[in-house]
Parts: sequence; C-alpha cells; structure tokens
Amino acid sequence: MESAVAYESVLNLKATELRLGLPGTDDFDKQKLSSATNNKRPLPASNDECRINDAAHGEPANAPPAKAQIVGWPPVRSYRKNSFQQKKTEAELSGIYVKVSMDGAPYLRKIDLKVYEGYPDLLKALENMFKFTIGEYSEREGYKGSEYAPTYEDKDGDWMLVGDVPWDMFMTSCKRLRIMKGSEARGLGCGV
Amino acid sequence: MRDDQTEMSEDDERPPADPAAETSNKSRSCIDFGEFHSPFPDQVLENVLENVLFFLTSRRDRNALSLVCKSWYRAEAYTRSELFIGNCYAVSPRRATERFRRVRSVVLKGKPRFADFNLMPPNWGAHFLPWVTAMASAYPWLEKVYLKRMSVTDEDLALLARSFPGFKELTLVCCDGFGTSGLAVVASKCRQLRVLDLIEDEVNDDEVDWISYFPETGTCLESLMFDCVECPINFDELEKLVARSPSLKKLRLNRYVSVGQLFSLMMRAPQLTHLGTGSFSPSELVPQGDQEPDYGFAFATCRSLVCLSGFREVIPDYLPAIHPVCANLTSLNFSYANINAEQLKSIICHCHKLQIFWVLDSVCDEGLQAVAATCKELRELRVFPIDAREDGEGPVSEVGLQAISEGCKKLQSILYFCQRMTNAAVIAMSKNCPDLVVFRLCIMGRHRPDHITGEPMDEGFGAIVMNCKKLTRLAISGLLTDTAFSYIGTYGKLVRTLSVAFAGDSDMGLKYVLEGCPRLQKLEIRDSPFGDLALRSGLHHYYNMRFLWMSSCRLSRQGCQEIAQAMPRLVVEVIRDGSEEAANDSVEILYMYRSLEGPREDAPNFVTIL
Repeated sequence: MESAVAYESVLNLKATELRLGLPGTDDFDKQKLSSATNNKRPLPASNDECRINDAAHGEPANAPPAKAQIVGWPPVRSYRKNSFQQKKTEAELSGIYVKVSMDGAPYLRKIDLKVYEGYPDLLKALENMFKFTIGEYSEREGYKGSEYAPTYEDKDGDWMLVGDVPWDMFMTSCKRLRIMKGSEARGLGCGV
Repeated sequence: MRDDQTEMSEDDERPPADPAAETSNKSRSCIDFGEFHSPFPDQVLENVLENVLFFLTSRRDRNALSLVCKSWYRAEAYTRSELFIGNCYAVSPRRATERFRRVRSVVLKGKPRFADFNLMPPNWGAHFLPWVTAMASAYPWLEKVYLKRMSVTDEDLALLARSFPGFKELTLVCCDGFGTSGLAVVASKCRQLRVLDLIEDEVNDDEVDWISYFPETGTCLESLMFDCVECPINFDELEKLVARSPSLKKLRLNRYVSVGQLFSLMMRAPQLTHLGTGSFSPSELVPQGDQEPDYGFAFATCRSLVCLSGFREVIPDYLPAIHPVCANLTSLNFSYANINAEQLKSIICHCHKLQIFWVLDSVCDEGLQAVAATCKELRELRVFPIDAREDGEGPVSEVGLQAISEGCKKLQSILYFCQRMTNAAVIAMSKNCPDLVVFRLCIMGRHRPDHITGEPMDEGFGAIVMNCKKLTRLAISGLLTDTAFSYIGTYGKLVRTLSVAFAGDSDMGLKYVLEGCPRLQKLEIRDSPFGDLALRSGLHHYYNMRFLWMSSCRLSRQGCQEIAQAMPRLVVEVIRDGSEEAANDSVEILYMYRSLEGPREDAPNFVTIL
C-alpha cells in the first residue's frame, strides 16, 4: 500500500502548484480544508480515516483537530455513519458523481469525486478499483511507466489528462473519467 | 435486518461445528478412510442409518455422530445436505466437496467482523471463486448459498448462475466485489430463484438495470431484499416484477424508492409479510400541493405485515401511515430513521407484540422509556448512534438502559451505543433480564468510567457474566481494568464470542479469559495492552476456537512466531496495516485461526503467514 507521501513526491505537486486551493493560496487553506473534510465526512472503506499518530502522511505538523477520530471507532459500519453525515451537513451538497471507464474492462464504475482529498487519493482509488498501475506523472510528459493514463472529459467536451489542472478546478469541470490504454494515452500526455 | 431465529441471538453457531474442528480436536492428520475394515460390513444397518440421518439437521449432532465409527462417518457424509463453513480458510473447497457429496445448501463465512470497521486492509482475501468453482462440478443440484463477509465478483455470480439449474436461494451479507451486472446475470439465469437477499453489501453501480432481467413470464420469488443497493432502480420494471411474483412475501426496497412508489407496490402485493419501505419520503418530482394517496390505506391493505424496516430518509409526517400494522408487528427497524422521542412514542405505543426493535439514539432516553412501557415481548434491542463520534452529544444513557431492563424482562439480545453509562444500570439489567444471551454495550468515549461514581465499568460487566447464566456473546467498553476480565474468566463459562476494545491493564486480563472460558470461539481485541505472555496462555485452547484477532496490542513477531511453531494446525497471519513497513518487531494485526490446510496461497503481500 503506497502512502500519500510517495504519491505527492511522484506528482511533484509543489512544483506544478497542484494543490487544494487555486494557485496563489497558501498551505494553510489546504490543511484547514483537509481536516475539515476529515471531520465532516468519513471516507469510504478503501480510504483511511484520520489517524491519531499521523506522522507517516508527511504533512507538516499542525495542531490536530480537537479529537481526531480513531480508525474503526466507534464500531459502526461506514454505511451507517455516512447515512447521517449527508443529512447533517447541509452545506455538503450531494456528491459529484462521475462515470469511470477503463479501456478493455467490461464494466464501468461510478465514483463520487467529493470523497477524495486530491489527485493522489483519486489515483490510488482508481488503481484499486481497476487493478492496474498508473505511471509517474510529470507535467511535460504525462504518465510514464505504464501503458495506462487517466483522462477526463471536461465541461467543454475536451479530453484532458488527469492532473493538469488544480484539484478544485478538476472537481467542478470533470464530467467523466476514462482510463486510456496504449498509444492514445501517450498522445494525450505529450505537450498539453 | 435479520429477523429469523438464527440471527436474533447474533451467534448462531455452536462449537465445534465444522470439519476442521473435530479433526483438530482429535489430532488426526487427515480425514482418512478405509484403513480399518469390519470383516462383515453391515450394509443393511448403514442403509437404515442413512434413512434416519436424513432427518438429522443439527450440525453439532452430525459432527458428533460422524466420530462414532467409519461406517457412521460415511453415512453421515453421504446424507449431510447443509454445509456450514464458519471460516472459509479452515478447510479447502476440495476437501469439503470430497467428503460431503450431496450438498444442497452452503453457508460460507469469510472475513473477521472487525473488517467491517476498516481495521482490515482491503483485498485481504475470502474469495468466493475457489468455492464456486469446486461446487460447480461437485454439487450440480445446489439450491442455496449464504455468504457472509466474502469477496464475490460478478464473474463468480455468473458462474453460480450458469452452474446450478435448480438454484433457489442466494443470500449475501456484508459482501463486496460485485455489482449490478452480477445481479442481472443471477436474475436472468436462475429461473427457480425464490430468494435474493442482499444485506449490508457494497454493490457497485455498473449502470445495469438488473431488475428488468428477471424472467418475463413470472417468477417464483418469495424474498427480494436490496435495501443496501446504492443506485437508482427502474421503478416501472420493479412494479412489473412485483406484479408477476405472486409468491412474494418479503420485499426490501432501497432508498431510491419514494413513498408514492411504495404505495403502488404495496397495493400490488398485499400479501407481504416483510417490508423495507425505501426512503419513506416523497420524490422530489412531486409538485407541492398535489394530492397524495392515503398511505395508511396501503398499510391497512397489507394485513400480514409483521416486519417493517427501511425509512431511509423518513419525513416524520408520513410515519402515522404505518399505524394499521403496528399491533401485529413483531419486528421494527427504525435504525435509519432520524426521529425524536415524540415521533417514536406515537408509533411504539401500538406495538405490543414487538420482539425485535432497532432504533437510532435520536429518540433519546425518553423514547426508550416509551419502548419499555409498551413492548413487553421485546427480545432484541439495538440502539445505534446518529452521531458516531467519541465526543458526540449522547442522547441516550444509563437512564434508557435502566428503563429497558425494567420494562422488557424477556430481553435476550441488546446492542447499545451511548456516551455515558453507570455500573448501576448495567447491574440492574443483569438482574432484570436473566434471559440475556447477547450483551453488547458500546460506550463511545474510550476509557470512559461510570459517569456518576467515576469508577471503572468492571462491576457492571462482572454482574452481567455473573447473573446472566445463558450469556454467549459479550462486547465490553468503557474504562475497564484486569478485574473485569477476571470476572469474565470466572463466570463467563458459556461465552463464545467476546469483543474487547481499549480495555485492560496487563497480560493478566487476556490470561483470565483464555484460561477461564472453555467455550470461547471468537475473540476480537483491539488497542489493549496484551502481549506475548498473554498470547501464550491460550495455547491449550486455540484449536477449539474459530479465530483470534488482536490489533494494536503489544504483540511481537517473535511471540507470534512461537505460537505458530507450537501449533502446526493454526494459521498465524501477521497483517500490516498502513503504508509503511513496521520498523520494529511489533505486530499491528494478528489474525489466527485453525485450519486443515496450512497457509493459504492467496494471501496478499501485506499478510505474512508465520
């Protein structure tokens, strides 16, 4: 299980300014957002909830929320917990559901973009869902090291490479995801 | 929601109950036939025996019987039609299908329960594939499959649908890995299907209209439960399906069915006995001020309803519609209904026959008092938290528990989530409810003491094991010292399932339990200070258990290795949870279980089998 740290360094987010928050905002917003997200919305089974000793995630040490929730405690299944999260927080509108297809896979899936904290999270989930590996991302060359590349269709109908725009922008403009295979993927990766 | 007898006590198996068990107990190296031949095989006697055995359904009796002699062993194997595998890794599909040749019904259980709470990394195992593959050739006349906490794919379901022409009942509980495409295949290919029950599964939305795949000419469906399926359903197709399913008695809808749609389904199926109501709120498409049907009329029409659930997004204004059936209800599940005490009272005051009641703590102690006042026949109560956090509000407390204990003397099973509790209330329950078989109390704040006296909760739980002589399942919480465990070890002689979290002071705690509870089968422990020494104290007993789970305790690799070496028939899994390799020798998760097969071959890379 690769950690968020590995992904963040692979994607070199700082250099490409891919963060939660538009370019120009500082890190403080990101941390506030992610801890607020953690408190408000327990993540589905494939993602970890906020842990007490969270050093592994490589985020700069900041004051943890008033009482960080322990994984799996209290012992209530996520399904039940989530049933009421949606009702309580009126600010949280219904999720952003997009279809995800993968070239060569018989079934497509639907995911809620809102449950992911950022690109590393999303990519990890996609890898788990479809059982494949995404390569290393770089702004110039796209995803290297794998024959797959995650792409999405935006509001204008254009097919873009996942990771090219800031996460927030991606969330609002993504209409559907497609994991492309082979040469098509490479073509998209070069020279965005 | 499970409402039949086996699930009510939440602990339906008796020890030792599967092929692995009795073999391990007797230290046989394998199930071997025919080394010893009677000089005059008495075929007549064996035939008689087979005929008699045909009527014997109890697993435990059958297991005992099979140990008498070879001939009885063979006869029993030949006549067993219901196969129960409590741990899918305890025995291989091949071994099971070779011994039992004429099985019609299979129950398979996979992951341990703590996997439900994200304590087990995903993709750990419990795959249905090897089982369905073996059964496809061994049991062509298979009729029933019940899976719990297994990984089932769409392809597995397709194989099942293709392989068993007489297939009748599929029940999937807490499973994942499949989607609506798999359901579509089952619906279309299993022409004899009577039961399709999906209970608390994670079902992928493949955007397949699975409801439309059932046979068009009519179905034999008796039970269709899909309340856990989190995707929209084609209502027109569902309505047509209900109309052509005259035997349908149990129907549980998901939250995408509005109250208006429910109404029309109920009018088409007045014979229903079990109903999951879906959202129980109006669809957004209904314009304001439009006339709505009289929903009470639908409930009055379904005179046979005894079990009601759903209310996934209930608008309390609609609740009174259920009044006509309240007096006959034996089972009511409000555990998704965010209602307050007043709203509950108006319903519960009619429910005199209620035996099973699940509810949210939004009804507060006051709501529970109303339950206690009316529901004198109550056997099972579950109170779930609407705000499942450690530092939440806590609308229910010892007051509600005390009231229930005084009003519902026939109580057998309780699950109670709260933020504060007292020993006094727990002691009261131990005395007022002598029939308790299952006692699960979850004080959500870790290490929380009796909030009035400030003392640990030892005395309360001690009283439970002391006074409730029939107790087989226990879950403890709150501030607990080793004393609590010594009580359990001393008095909990019938305890089979024990669930421990954030409790105890030292190794002694675990030792008391392992040495004191001879019937212990399933032990799950998290975040408690038990180490290798304690682990060693259970060596005499581990072959009698289905499994032991210990996570975030004080175990070392070395300690677990010693156990693995001492007990060859035990599979000792050390599971790494989280991304980084453990720098030191400590063990994050230990999951061990008896098995006839040795280390499994499908273990993922984060599992090390010692």
